[in-house]
Amino acid sequence: MTEPIVRHYGPRAYPDHPPFRYPEYKSTIKRSPDHDLLSIIATLSETTGPGPVWAEITEEDADLTTNAGTGSPAIGERIIVTGHVLDEHGNGVPDTILEIWQSNSAGRYAHWRESNNNAPLDPNFIGVGQCRTDAEGGYKFTSIRPGPYPWGNNPNAWRPSHIHFSVLGPALGTRLVTQMYFEGDPLLRLDSIYNSAPEHSRERMVADYDHDVTVEGWATGWRWNIVIRGEESMLEEAE
Amino acid sequence: MSTKLGQTPSQTLGPFFAMRIATGGENILPVPDGAERVVISGRIFDGDGIHVEDALVETWQANPAGRYRHPDDISDRSLDEDFTGFARAKTEFETGVYRVETVKPGRVPDPEGEPQSPHISMIIQARGMLNPLFTRLYFSDEPDANDHDMVLASVPAERRSTLIAQLVSGSDPKEYRFDVRLQGDGETVFFDV
Repeated sequence: MTEPIVRHYGPRAYPDHPPFRYPEYKSTIKRSPDHDLLSIIATLSETTGPGPVWAEITEEDADLTTNAGTGSPAIGERIIVTGHVLDEHGNGVPDTILEIWQSNSAGRYAHWRESNNNAPLDPNFIGVGQCRTDAEGGYKFTSIRPGPYPWGNNPNAWRPSHIHFSVLGPALGTRLVTQMYFEGDPLLRLDSIYNSAPEHSRERMVADYDHDVTVEGWATGWRWNIVIRGEESMLEEAE
Repeated sequence: MSTKLGQTPSQTLGPFFAMRIATGGENILPVPDGAERVVISGRIFDGDGIHVEDALVETWQANPAGRYRHPDDISDRSLDEDFTGFARAKTEFETGVYRVETVKPGRVPDPEGEPQSPHISMIIQARGMLNPLFTRLYFSDEPDANDHDMVLASVPAERRSTLIAQLVSGSDPKEYRFDVRLQGDGETVFFDV
């Protein structure tokens, strides 16, 4: 019988991630565990994961300016967002699906729960997309810059412009859902979700304006890399 | 010297993920020939015992033969081509109930080569959760296998019941209830996966 491969991934670096309970973001207060997480001896159930099969069955749909399918383009500041999905050792993570969702240029999501937000909907923008990383882990989306929007966490609170990113990666434990922000946004310093990440790591969520990505007469360019957990054995070899 | 890159911090998926994730049908997996159909449903509760109306529940499991649809599982157990083992469900806004229709997973070896009890890995996320929580679901009608499972044995005895889905009805499909408590009395065991 052929034995399965049980890889060893490095730990989820909790000191680089937000705490489970961050009172400035009020919804975390009752939705965070009291107990510490329990260590687990990783088995095939943890070192495998849905990423590879999800990449097999998910179609690319990476242009959010047109994927509403209405024949008319979305309204807003057209952007290109590109970069790589890397593991902690700098290796590209190929053939993994990035799923994104975002508000429209007015700061409104095409979601029924947005009924309290009086910003306009854009019939030519659904705000969702997905793409597969290439052999080097590279990805590229075309979209419009999402607008900031008000939320009820604290008085006069506004979320900075952001795009939600979801990555499965190769293993169960490489699952990552995060948000991409935009360099220079004045709302970042006021945002309790952005600031829930530790000071030393939060700028990793901020995309840089990249004039080499900007396409003349078409769209501004933004560059952002996502770093997920890598295999521990490779780390040891690198040291 | 290490040249390790820092991990990108996790953020909440917020209340609007269902625009893209857990859209229609992602909670229903195809049934391979001869497989035992199971339905898992339940609610996610916060520290006040209020159901979470906007949670994402993702499940990952082996097929009935105990094989994962993954390039690292190169065992010679049979693979069902259409069975991904990955389901995604959202909790319903009004009732808080999530529902996954799948099949009973087979037994997967632990690192010692011993069979683990049938189980499904679960990832829970929601608005107000800045990181994913990982747990495992076992089946109440597998008491002997559960008693010999390496991971369950590592859980303090008084908390093991939080990982056992309770058989509530039926034979085809069997229906199981699996509630998750994020905080407080009866808090579900979450793993540092």
